[in-house]
Amino acid sequence: MHMADALISPVVGGTLWAATAGLIGYSSRKVKQDMDDRRIPLMGVLGAFIFAAQMINFTIPGTGSSGHLGGGMILAILLGPAAAFLTLASVLTVQALFFADGGLLALGCNIFNLGFFPCFVAYPLVYKPIAGDKIHQTRIVIGAVLSAVFGLQLGALGVVFETLFSGISDLPFATFVLLMQPIHLAIGIVEGLVTAAVVVFVWKARPEILGTTVAPTLAGTPSMKKVLAGLLIAAAVAGGLISWFASTHPDGLEWSISRSTGKEELESSKKGLYAWLAELQEKTAFLPDYGFKESKKEDASGEAWPAVDSGTSLSGLLGGVLTLIILVLIGVLLKRRKKPHAQH
Amino acid sequence: MPSIDSTFFDIGTMDAISRQDTFVHRMDPRIKVLTTLVFIVCVVSFGKHDISALIPFLVYPLFLVVLGDVPVGYLLRKVMLAAPFAVLIGIFNPLLDREVLVQLGPFGISGGWVSFLSILLRFTMTVGAALILIATTGYHAVCMALERMGVPQVFVVQLLFLHRYLFVLVDEASRMVRARSLRSFQGKGAGIRVFGSMAGHLLLRTLDRAQRIHLAMLSRGFDGNIRPFHPLRVRGWEVMFLLGWSALFVLMRCYNVPRFVGTLIQGFVS
Repeated sequence: MHMADALISPVVGGTLWAATAGLIGYSSRKVKQDMDDRRIPLMGVLGAFIFAAQMINFTIPGTGSSGHLGGGMILAILLGPAAAFLTLASVLTVQALFFADGGLLALGCNIFNLGFFPCFVAYPLVYKPIAGDKIHQTRIVIGAVLSAVFGLQLGALGVVFETLFSGISDLPFATFVLLMQPIHLAIGIVEGLVTAAVVVFVWKARPEILGTTVAPTLAGTPSMKKVLAGLLIAAAVAGGLISWFASTHPDGLEWSISRSTGKEELESSKKGLYAWLAELQEKTAFLPDYGFKESKKEDASGEAWPAVDSGTSLSGLLGGVLTLIILVLIGVLLKRRKKPHAQH
Repeated sequence: MPSIDSTFFDIGTMDAISRQDTFVHRMDPRIKVLTTLVFIVCVVSFGKHDISALIPFLVYPLFLVVLGDVPVGYLLRKVMLAAPFAVLIGIFNPLLDREVLVQLGPFGISGGWVSFLSILLRFTMTVGAALILIATTGYHAVCMALERMGVPQVFVVQLLFLHRYLFVLVDEASRMVRARSLRSFQGKGAGIRVFGSMAGHLLLRTLDRAQRIHLAMLSRGFDGNIRPFHPLRVRGWEVMFLLGWSALFVLMRCYNVPRFVGTLIQGFVS
């Protein structure tokens, strides 16, 4: 089920389109550089294969309903992340144009949800470490199931956030999440099992395909760039999104102060150095108490949790970026200090 | 996902409709793509509860359908088929938003129903616009337009290949599905293991086919670049078409035309 145009706003659609366009450009460049001409018809035909395979329904044992293949993980296993992303994007484009399965504006969101998460997140982080190098039946099954579940959960979360930020549907965050995530957990397990079934079949029939179809990577430590990128994304997610889930209960210090004095913060004296410093802090703090200045006025009885507040996200993200800048500056300064010593 | 045989038929029908020769079909594909994009962005940018302001936008799909000889029944059926997702999400709005927004005599219509209707209207228009684009332009021409507008060539080549081999693979897959249903009394097979070997066989044949295709292309002089066989040229009136319609969309977005007309009529009557 792909997102429809009717449920997103131009801002959300445009942003996701920008992200998708960037990814398509990046993947195209990678495919042109890394792969030889042979891959071009291979990508096209595999795209058609995924399309056709999606139409072969199978019964899910125990439930009586039928399901079909998604395809992101199989493509990633056979082609590698960049080519798989392009192939999946083309399949989704054809579905949007011919079958009206997801609108043109929502195509950017759909390509991102169904393509980016399986190919660029679930495959390198989950499948490759488990079953990339040492190919073995159990490893394939475990790797496929875990990566499919992971990729689909992220994709479902993406749909929830895109709908939420568009503001057209009235569904509240908590209800939507509780609806989407369990369903996609089940779908993910089935997708993982189906992917595993196909990959195991291919591995048993023609094992050289799994080894040579993807360009071999050198074993060794992951590149520094990827580690940094991963940490940056984690910091952005933590600052931007998880900060909403911060507990509204007072922290240890505030709790003990309130128990002993009846207030949450001690009042400092109104004159002298304290007052001057307090005034300075108030002037420089452009995100007081981790939120926007105006929103604090409407703080009515009981904050909602999760406190979905763009002010908190912004402060989380800005705080992360500022900390990063300060750390980089410290690193640069320390390096400068070391150099003259090393040259002696 | 639609059934295999109907997919085959569907893509073929769309291709046939797009090969007609009308005024709309002869326009440069880039103009049609850009106008459709402006249309969709304008429609989608309306607020949750706007209905009357959306209605005049129907003039663009109507214009294309009439001048482009697109079969309306077929179009509407495809839109209906694609509706479930939007309906499923949108149906929560009347349940969640019960504040009465509009009073029609003794009946009070809640904001939830208004936004649900808005969602349905938006959905029909955006989906219709995308389908009409393909029906009046053709897949190949849209891909050429995308390439001229800056989409990376690797992706455009991928789109073209996908379309080309879709028919071949859907044909093979439909033979497999028919064989399976004949051997299992119309059942969908013994579940995942049978599917695994079906898809696995299809995949192996696909890979072999890809290798044969590549060799065939090499022996015909393929060097990695695909060149369009007739150059695309934008003529003056086509630019006017794009600018005119875009201006109209922006105007209709900023001013509520039905309300204006309604006030005029009320002014005359009373």
